[in-house]
Amino acid sequence: MPYSESIEKHPGLDQWLAITPQGDIKVHTGKVDIGQRISTALQLIAAAELDVDPARIEVLRPQTGVSPNEGTTSGSHSMEMTGEAVRLAVATARAYLLKLAAEKLDTDIAALEVNDGVIRASGTNKSVSYAELAGGKPFGIDVDTDAKIKDEDAYRALDGTLRPRFIEDIVTGAHTYIHDLTVPGMLHARVVRPPHIHARLNGLDDATVKALDGAGLKVIIDGSFVAVAGEDEYEVVKAAERLFETADWDRGSGLDAGDIYEQLLTNPRESWPVVDGKPQDAPVPAPLTPPGKTAAVIAKQFTRPYIMHGTIGPSAALAEFDGKKLRITTHSQSIYPVRTSIADALQMKVDDVILTHGLGAGCYGHNGADDAAFDAAVIARALANMPVLLKWTRADEHAWEPYGTAMAIKVSASLDDTGHVLAWDHESYANTFSGRPVAAKDKTGARRLLASRFRKDFCGEPFEFPKPRPNMGSHGGIHRNMDPLYAFPERRLIKNLVHEMPMRTSALRALGGYGNVFAIESMMDILAEEAGIDPVEFRLKHMKDKRARDVIVAAAEKFGWGGERAEGTGSGTGHGFGFARYKNAKAYAAVAFEVFVDDAAKVHLKRAVVGVDASQVVDPEGLTVQMEGGVVQAASWTLYEQVTYDSGGVTSRDWESYPILRFDNVPEVETVIVPRPGERFLGAGEATQGPTAGALGNAIYNAIGVRPYRVPFTPEAIKAAAME
Amino acid sequence: MAKERLSLRVNGAVREVEADPATPLIYILRGPCGLTGVKLGCGLEQCGSCAVLIDGEPTLCCNRPVGEVAGKEIVTVEGLARNGALSPVQTAFVEEGAAQCGYCTPGIVIAATALLRKNKSPSEADIIAALHPHLCRCGSHPRVLKAIRRVVQEGRADAV
Repeated sequence: MPYSESIEKHPGLDQWLAITPQGDIKVHTGKVDIGQRISTALQLIAAAELDVDPARIEVLRPQTGVSPNEGTTSGSHSMEMTGEAVRLAVATARAYLLKLAAEKLDTDIAALEVNDGVIRASGTNKSVSYAELAGGKPFGIDVDTDAKIKDEDAYRALDGTLRPRFIEDIVTGAHTYIHDLTVPGMLHARVVRPPHIHARLNGLDDATVKALDGAGLKVIIDGSFVAVAGEDEYEVVKAAERLFETADWDRGSGLDAGDIYEQLLTNPRESWPVVDGKPQDAPVPAPLTPPGKTAAVIAKQFTRPYIMHGTIGPSAALAEFDGKKLRITTHSQSIYPVRTSIADALQMKVDDVILTHGLGAGCYGHNGADDAAFDAAVIARALANMPVLLKWTRADEHAWEPYGTAMAIKVSASLDDTGHVLAWDHESYANTFSGRPVAAKDKTGARRLLASRFRKDFCGEPFEFPKPRPNMGSHGGIHRNMDPLYAFPERRLIKNLVHEMPMRTSALRALGGYGNVFAIESMMDILAEEAGIDPVEFRLKHMKDKRARDVIVAAAEKFGWGGERAEGTGSGTGHGFGFARYKNAKAYAAVAFEVFVDDAAKVHLKRAVVGVDASQVVDPEGLTVQMEGGVVQAASWTLYEQVTYDSGGVTSRDWESYPILRFDNVPEVETVIVPRPGERFLGAGEATQGPTAGALGNAIYNAIGVRPYRVPFTPEAIKAAAME
Repeated sequence: MAKERLSLRVNGAVREVEADPATPLIYILRGPCGLTGVKLGCGLEQCGSCAVLIDGEPTLCCNRPVGEVAGKEIVTVEGLARNGALSPVQTAFVEEGAAQCGYCTPGIVIAATALLRKNKSPSEADIIAALHPHLCRCGSHPRVLKAIRRVVQEGRADAV
């Protein structure tokens, strides 16, 4: 078995697994379930490897100090990290339990069979259960990274046996989110936000504060960080509104509302060449000269705006400070890094801050969760021994979450007269996608927490927002999926980290991969047309990776590509294709889309087919739902979404000013899984984001002969593109 | 505004609450009534998370003053199961896996229930119109549509 980072950090089997005296199995993980069904997959892994009924297995909610520290739930790493770690842990446990059973039953391990946690010596009446052997007792051994794991049949035998975890509670309303928690003596709280991120508080209105005080509400003021708390939730809501309206704000010079794409291309920046997916500490080479056999050079520019995570339930956190310990229930995807960041910001010992994961609403990325946890912590510290349930409002979430950054992407390609790409030149310009709180000596994580900007004091020193640092890892942020998987002989790839941008940004599902793949896959379509070759054939002509080819072919066949391909320009109906292997290292995904573009330039989503290879699949249903959800979310970004703002602040403050996809434009989505039994898991949660954008742009072009270069493809944008 | 004593009929039971009649119904349902299946998503009637049935009509309650609904029959997602068994709509959502994070789901279940109680064989356009007030961020839409079609196709709409 290859190296497991999670097991190296947490080698003890007891850190991953416990068997209760009743024979129930408790699984620890550092990854959180945000609706992507990781806990269902872990439940299936434990059931398959241990031969127990999945109903006996409980995957515990991560908590700092208890769960393994597996960093942030992000980057499509969960199956590869915690999935493989849990698989090794339960396989180790099985081998250990069989050894004990063989001794107890006085037989060979080979003669043992297991049925729902009961080990029997075959052909005899002799048996012993997991509970009898290890119930309530620590294993006291390390995870064996060479433990024998089961083949795929054991997993396929479980197909269809397990509903997604919690789904019955979800449909009956019994599923308890952080928003729904009630504890004795709990106060509700809201933060009173400034008009925008550069605004500061001159002062609250004394009469308002006095009136609220008289009504038993507590107003917390810490520099420009203002909050109000009280027993009655709606009174707190009204009080926060009243405090905002009557406060005196210094709005400064406001937000810089200049043209974002001009800023991306002209602001100060740092640049690196990217080779094999990694930024190099080397000078930026000159643009490629078209090679000798070049027949055509095509250069295009693509953009995507600031896009929000847009979770349906605004962020929330429950916090209580008992004078020493600060306990926070949070839907953060990064409980350990956020714990350190909060401890740093409040100058507390890390061990005195305890974070437990609770349920929040989904969105896939770094939304307001971490900031809400810190807001709640600041309020709870001011109100010792009073549990505080802090909720963000809809406007808080829309205007204050860290957005997925805007990007400008320039691609230039040289094509020969046989339809081969000879040279590929790709430059991406963006602010950072790395805005998550991280544990760091210079307190970067603490500085990244929203409230740190507004509090009076930052650890006794002037607050400075850390300049974004480049992610130099393979397929990090801006350069994620910048390196095409296609076989292009010459390539020049440049990452440009642009500074002094107006919005706070961080990780949104697929990071730079969404914009980069949109650009690459649009270019592939443009080049195919130039070469006079079918776009799917053109991709295959440039693809050597067999698994990629299989996925492309699987999606094209299921879609009926070619045979029923729309007649093209002008018919209104169009077909488009997009492909990527996420980070060139995770799941392969191809998306074929059919759209209809009406006379008003509105894009109607008809149907999509996803081809996916995620190696051996634990939960095919879970993977399928991830593919469908990814296509729908990416289609929403691509057709509808962009954050707007002016000098007075963010103007996308609700679902009318920031519309997303509704039920009137839902495509049929079909998923074809290319099976790869026995292969190590590949993360798939973000695989469809970029291919969907590419497929949609290509389908629109196929439908009406107008190519959209700028996300979102609103009717106005398509009409404008038609005029260009 | 002064608090008044209000009598609400929620999920078949009478609830007496003390509240300012201008308070949005959602705070009463989630607070004193303890019915946290009703979700607050926006407070602006834009996302559908807070849908409940009021006299059988699907209603977004995040802005509906509680004083307006006294005496009316209110049903929340908690009131759909019968004798502990999931309703046909809830069952179909489970069967189709029509939820990811699930935050928007109770509101959508309410909308689907209201539709199918009135119309046992809705067209695709009827279904889409009934769901139009509802947003989902995880992209569970295709499964939601499948679940509702399944109730209709399998003749389970009569028992909704």
